[in-house]
Amino acid sequence: MSTGVKPMLTRAPDVAAQMPIVVEDPTAQRFRVHRSAMTSPEVHRAEVERIFAKSWLYVGHESEIPQPGDFVRRPVGGRPIFMVRGVKTGNVNVFHNTCTHRGALVCRQESGNSKVFQCFYHAWTFDSEGQLKGVPDRDAYAGGLNFDELGLKRVARVESYRGFVFASFDPGIVDLHTYLAGAKDYIDLVIDGCGSSVEIVRGTHHYSFDANWKLLVENSIDGYHAESTHNTYFKYLVSIGTNLRGGVSGRAIDLGNGHAVIEYSSPWGRPVAKWEPLFGEDARTEIDRLRADLVARHGEDRAHTMAEVNRNMLIYPNLIINDIMAVTVRTFYPPAPDVVDVTAWELAPVNELPSLRQRRLDSFLTFLGPGGFATPDDLEALESCQQGFVSGGVEWNDISRGMGRSPVANDEEQMRAFWRRWQHQMGTAADLADAQ
Amino acid sequence: MTAMASSQQAISRQQVEEFLYTEAALLDAWQLDDWLLLFDEDAKYEVPCNDAPDGDPARDLMLIDDNHARLASRVDRLNSRRAHREYPHSRTNHQVFNVRVQDVSTEELSVTTSFTVWRFRAGRTSCYVGRYRYRLRRRDGGFRIAAKRAELDMTDLRSVADVAIIL
Repeated sequence: MSTGVKPMLTRAPDVAAQMPIVVEDPTAQRFRVHRSAMTSPEVHRAEVERIFAKSWLYVGHESEIPQPGDFVRRPVGGRPIFMVRGVKTGNVNVFHNTCTHRGALVCRQESGNSKVFQCFYHAWTFDSEGQLKGVPDRDAYAGGLNFDELGLKRVARVESYRGFVFASFDPGIVDLHTYLAGAKDYIDLVIDGCGSSVEIVRGTHHYSFDANWKLLVENSIDGYHAESTHNTYFKYLVSIGTNLRGGVSGRAIDLGNGHAVIEYSSPWGRPVAKWEPLFGEDARTEIDRLRADLVARHGEDRAHTMAEVNRNMLIYPNLIINDIMAVTVRTFYPPAPDVVDVTAWELAPVNELPSLRQRRLDSFLTFLGPGGFATPDDLEALESCQQGFVSGGVEWNDISRGMGRSPVANDEEQMRAFWRRWQHQMGTAADLADAQ
Repeated sequence: MTAMASSQQAISRQQVEEFLYTEAALLDAWQLDDWLLLFDEDAKYEVPCNDAPDGDPARDLMLIDDNHARLASRVDRLNSRRAHREYPHSRTNHQVFNVRVQDVSTEELSVTTSFTVWRFRAGRTSCYVGRYRYRLRRRDGGFRIAAKRAELDMTDLRSVADVAIIL
């Protein structure tokens, strides 16, 4: 619509366009992010186009669809898609969940096994490789129907790494291995630490809260907040006999392309392979055996990193793999600037001894998830930040912690890695104003 | 069903309802220490995931899987001023209905009910809907909880954000 007169509403973004959102000043050792990044609808719209449509996004794990015809459906980058293991090829296929006829969803169950996907609206039928197989009354198409052209539409790019399936809506994106950069080694540590073969445990944490998605990025890899925000969790650890001496210490690493990790030692136990009182005396032998296995396979140094060192990892832009008191895989998407939808799973070694699986599940739930002793307080913190932004008066967030030194796990270098990539992908603030 | 068993069950339901209403009132009053006394030492409190209401805590990911010790820690946490999501506390209204008493033995009985739990905090309204499954033990003329399981009917937690309160 053009009226020849610019409506007043566009003035604010024009003003915002005069300044960048992420400002790094190496001389003063300051790193600041303008709070409009978390509140502006224009920024959010640009993120959908420039980040979520132009990145590799996590779809799911191959272990979720082990058999031919197994499928799961879920939103990826805010779009309904489904992932199915092809009956003919055994390949993992990722399709846009829409009938090529007139649009209805063709996969309407959350998960299951099926050889065919039939759109219930007019009964067009597709197989698990996406091929169109049946159209009722097809003689009615005088010009004929090209069944090859009318197959389900694949998401432009699909690749996996160590069982993690990613998709991108951008046909021109670099291959997944290149994209993952330094994150590959850390995924290897997680998977090899679990004995190389892992599965997603049944049961999903689906929740939402009212804060910008980038606050969850920061929070998921933030060591600095642990002691203050999660005081009650540490108190719980003490109550079960955990020694808090040594605390949380380690380092923050920029893994390239916006990915980052903090790796650190901690007071809590790890099912592979650091014993703690929560696991019970009878688990000591088994956990010692798991650790010895890791040493035999990978050598003492790498085994130590797998067994005793925690990893909170961001795969840019919206996948978190946290290998802490258990392993969680978490992805999220913002339907609006101040809302984030989260889906989280637990990753575990296949064929894990029932007693160890039980301890892993216990360990996960005491800290993690919407009913855990920690995650709800994170939600409160992030909603509190979002509400604070609305208060105004302060325009910038400060993310400078640890600049000018070799960054430790309680610093903010890992967040700066995210923000640099984010700013690069979003372009200049002036571009942003043009994007409207 | 014999007439005697039937009358035993009819009496039990009224007693059970009385007990469950008392439990709900303790939760709504945030008298969590007293609420915890309703549980036996080997008791469990479980909330399965929305997409796996039949979840088995030995194998599957749950939302909550507390033994008595962890439940006591949950109560401690919620009583402190550092469970930030619940300080200040929500106002809650635990509603229990469609009570059915099953498998009445001399020792234990299984009870299923429907529930709605309303939660109000800082201008936000949340409503949890689902089914309680209890195992109750007869004790001192009343009951003790051996297991409480809250299976949610909502397909996800998007409308309620979390389960930081006790259902």
